[in-house]
Amino acid sequence: MNEIGATRQPIRIGIDGVFFSLTHVPDLVRFGSKPAREIAADPGLAEKLASRLRAFAAAVAYAPHQVFIGNLTPEELRECRQPWYENPLDGAAAKGRFGDLVDQESLYALLAQADQFKLVSFDAAWASAHSNPFVKAKPGQLKPAGEIAALCRKGALPLRSGGQLAGCFEAGHEEDVNLGADILLENLAAKATAAHALKSLCASLNVAPSEIDHVLSSSEEAVGDRYNRGGGNLAKAIAEEAGCVNAAGADVKSFCAGPMAAMIHGASLIQAGVCRKVAVVAGGSLAKLGMKFQSHLEKGMPVLEDVLASFAVLLSPARQGQPCLRLDSAAFHRVGAAASPQGMAEALAEEPLKKLGLKLTEVDRFGVELHNPEITLPSGSGDVPRANYRTLAALAVMRGLIDKDQMEAFVRQRGMIGYAPTQGHIPSAVSYLGHALEGLRSGAIRNALLVSKGSLFLGRMTQLSDGCSFLVERAES
Amino acid sequence: MLKGKKVIAIGERDGVPGPVIAECLEGGGLEVVFQATECFV
Repeated sequence: MNEIGATRQPIRIGIDGVFFSLTHVPDLVRFGSKPAREIAADPGLAEKLASRLRAFAAAVAYAPHQVFIGNLTPEELRECRQPWYENPLDGAAAKGRFGDLVDQESLYALLAQADQFKLVSFDAAWASAHSNPFVKAKPGQLKPAGEIAALCRKGALPLRSGGQLAGCFEAGHEEDVNLGADILLENLAAKATAAHALKSLCASLNVAPSEIDHVLSSSEEAVGDRYNRGGGNLAKAIAEEAGCVNAAGADVKSFCAGPMAAMIHGASLIQAGVCRKVAVVAGGSLAKLGMKFQSHLEKGMPVLEDVLASFAVLLSPARQGQPCLRLDSAAFHRVGAAASPQGMAEALAEEPLKKLGLKLTEVDRFGVELHNPEITLPSGSGDVPRANYRTLAALAVMRGLIDKDQMEAFVRQRGMIGYAPTQGHIPSAVSYLGHALEGLRSGAIRNALLVSKGSLFLGRMTQLSDGCSFLVERAES
Repeated sequence: MLKGKKVIAIGERDGVPGPVIAECLEGGGLEVVFQATECFV
């Protein structure tokens, strides 16, 4: 037990609110890492991919998306008929209790708004026909169609809208690949979608962005150069875009575990008295779009990875009765810890509970890797949340807390079906936060343990995994 | 039966890590020519 745990004084940091956003970008799926490589090898795939993209209305009516933005609970998702993509929800709304769905035209406008380097430009005629509340074109961003087409011939990325060339995205440097159009589009999409989530969160909480004094970004994009290709601090760019004029910022990254790690860092800044209001944000991952599109095409499904997911959460000193993060429960996966599923569960589920004197069976809900199984099962990647819940249930059996034949009941009672898009850092525990806050406020749950994992080994610098976790509950005396 | 065979071991983030598979295989007399852990989500 560390020194914090040894004090036995609860350390609670308030969670004021959270906002989750899904930006539906069918015409950007081709720029995802996997589709871009496969289409380069087989150009005919582009047409097949385009033929299986969803309309915005279908993305809105998709049951897992409605859970993600708070219009449907994870429990209600169990009752929704599958396959969910063939059973759209009647009357589904793009605005949710703690999130929203944004269409592609609005994202294009957000990109234009967030661009300070004349990277993105649009066909003036298309833009005038598609005006929306976000459009605030800057000088030079609207061009004749012929000029847009010429820029694309010179290497700019074409930005399409329903088959029509609507605009283009240029490189930030002629020779430096790290400032290429593809990289900068990923980075600007992360900035724009995270800023949208942060602005929306402030509006929903009636908090002025100027009240926030620190922003931590857990977006996974490498923002940098010359010549620091991952130099970072996308957080400050997001803070600026969201109008947080009094905020500083920094990035906290740990692959998929980044958002949870950033929340622990933010909570620690508040506990130390360094900051009063800390926003933790993450933008959408463009590189992850269409990651499993080939499996979806083979199964005759729509290409379901067509959304950028972003979120923002606001932390501040805890007030009586509000949902809070138990900072004294925070646990990290250490270098010497085992990387097997059991080892990860011991380090990330048992360890935080031990600090609070709790058992696995005293947690009402576990927020784990919440990937939507409808996306992952067709490619043979399995039902990730279920695998994680069964590991926790098996650990409870090993500890003598439940019998083996109670494992399914444990999974059903304390777990949920996955509903998060496969956007890397977004599904990993943090996507449950909105429902956790609602459950804590209503009293439906007493607590929830959020457990995230990160695949450090993907960067080829270590064989290690990573992860962190903490308990959320209501701040009581 | 598999002793002396060359193998590639691919582990999975939410399953068994690559190094663990490799260690088991090497213990059985196989030659692991490549091992990695991947994340398929």
